[in-house]
Amino acid sequence: MKNALLRDRRLLPYALIAPALVILAVFYLYPIGYNAVLSVFSWDLRGPMKFVGFGNFAELFTDPDFGKVIQNTLVYMGMEVSLVMIFGLILALFLNRQGWLSEFLQGVSFAPNVIALVSVSLIFVWLMDDDIGLFNQILSAVGLEPVGWLSDPQVALFSLVLVSVWKSVGLNALIILSALQSIPRYLFEAADLDNASAWTRFRRITIPMISPTLFFLVLVNVIGSFQAFDTINVMTQGGPQSSTNTLIFSVYREGFEYYRVGYAAAIAVVLMVLVGLITVLYFRAFQKRVHYR
Amino acid sequence: MTTTIAPPEPPTASGSPHGAAASPVPPTTPSTAAPNVVALLAKVVRILARIIVSILLVLVFAGPFYWMVLTAFQTASEALSIPPQFWVDAVRWDNFIAAFDRVNFGHFALNSVIVTGGTLLGQFLIIVPAAYAFARFQFKGRDVLFGVVLATMMIPGQLIFLPVFAMYAKMGLLNTHLSLILPFIASGFGIFLLRQTFMRVPDSLIEAARLDHASEFTIIRRIMLPLAKPTIVTIGLITFIGTWNNYFFPLVWTTTDAARTLPVAVPRLEALDEIAPTIVMAGNMLLVVPILIVFLLARRHIISAFTYTGVK
Repeated sequence: MKNALLRDRRLLPYALIAPALVILAVFYLYPIGYNAVLSVFSWDLRGPMKFVGFGNFAELFTDPDFGKVIQNTLVYMGMEVSLVMIFGLILALFLNRQGWLSEFLQGVSFAPNVIALVSVSLIFVWLMDDDIGLFNQILSAVGLEPVGWLSDPQVALFSLVLVSVWKSVGLNALIILSALQSIPRYLFEAADLDNASAWTRFRRITIPMISPTLFFLVLVNVIGSFQAFDTINVMTQGGPQSSTNTLIFSVYREGFEYYRVGYAAAIAVVLMVLVGLITVLYFRAFQKRVHYR
Repeated sequence: MTTTIAPPEPPTASGSPHGAAASPVPPTTPSTAAPNVVALLAKVVRILARIIVSILLVLVFAGPFYWMVLTAFQTASEALSIPPQFWVDAVRWDNFIAAFDRVNFGHFALNSVIVTGGTLLGQFLIIVPAAYAFARFQFKGRDVLFGVVLATMMIPGQLIFLPVFAMYAKMGLLNTHLSLILPFIASGFGIFLLRQTFMRVPDSLIEAARLDHASEFTIIRRIMLPLAKPTIVTIGLITFIGTWNNYFFPLVWTTTDAARTLPVAVPRLEALDEIAPTIVMAGNMLLVVPILIVFLLARRHIISAFTYTGVK
């Protein structure tokens, strides 16, 4: 049977792609539908599923804490994406030259990217310890007030952003760097002939030429920021005072700690809609502004 | 901050309409009475600034790793001392022994090896034929199906963990290595990347092989795979790093320790009461060191693999 299939040249390609497609369908396409189904049921993973219609969503949108969760998610996204992009661009410009020093620094700044986020989180829990962490020891050594990096509700979300930026800024910088290095030399030579200042060259040549890469990176970072989980679970568990509780973390907590699977699925649906909406809006708003020249 | 932009090329001014105006003076240098001294000073300042920024970068990016290693080899009193101690007097392995006493790391490390190895092997077996079919065959529905493959790349994996968990529970797949391997072997990204490579293989090579009555399997093994080796290594490195480091899925798709991997086990040290950071950092090194060694050995390849994925 299998041999016949492999010999028939019309069926062969289907046989070759079938395993991949079956797995993608079972683990990516079907679960999205199944998640939507779960969101209209009440279920504790063990007992029978009970149909509740839009009850989960009604509860979600009347829950005062849920507004806070959405806010945390969006604030995290805004801070994370802007810091990664700004520092990534600055770092890329700094690294944009030949020589062993630049190559060495590229390796050093990229290293955090290959390390597990869990490991990074554990290192920073230790660095950010209130009393004996290195950060606060340095602050008090130079005469500043210690900061409650992970214990102050005003600061904790920002601390998580810092960890994420530290881990991913090197990768972003190197992607921007390869875009910088693919700008044709003659453009800068032409600008030099016109005596263009460094700033003018940067604004009129560099930025337009790398704008497709910047556009792409912003989108990747936005979608990535919605998935931030490891840092939250290891460093703060959503606290203090729910200040670091985000959408993805609430899905996990409601589903796996409180066993409210339907409710968790409803949050996942909200998250999915949010990601989809932002992606579409982003493409609409910026696609025309990205230009080569 | 010295945010230097790409160094200006010396203009080739001869014959250009702006020839007279174009002099190879860097834009930052003011033309004063003593341009040589000022230019020299500016150069010295720029070099100094570069050195300072470079040192800062090393401190920022390598510092936390140094702190982890340092803490892992310190005694508790050294680690907790105020002011902090930036060196150790003697290399001790006590913290590593203590970490192993508290958590059975051997078990979790074995699971990590099985899951990572299984994912790499499975991915190879699934991706290669699929990419080959998408690259070298004309068939009905090809573009639609390839679109489906690409679309799955857009789905954040963390949105599907709940339904997949329910699915695993019904199928009795919870707490098996297979459950942590299966969803990741059909990587849409891998299929996409490998298809691009296969498409660049010259038709003449394949035609020649077909004239010799080579089977498709032989064509894949003798022609496609050798030519696609760099791409396969790229996909393998990204998969290896991603799977080894993965925390979320081994955490949410397991209810017992049977199949859990190192990233799930290491933070457990931190959750224990009354435990010194020295032991947590020692356990953490088990997770970091293997990947750091791979990174040091294949630094260039890993960096180009990851940056290539960003340049699409």
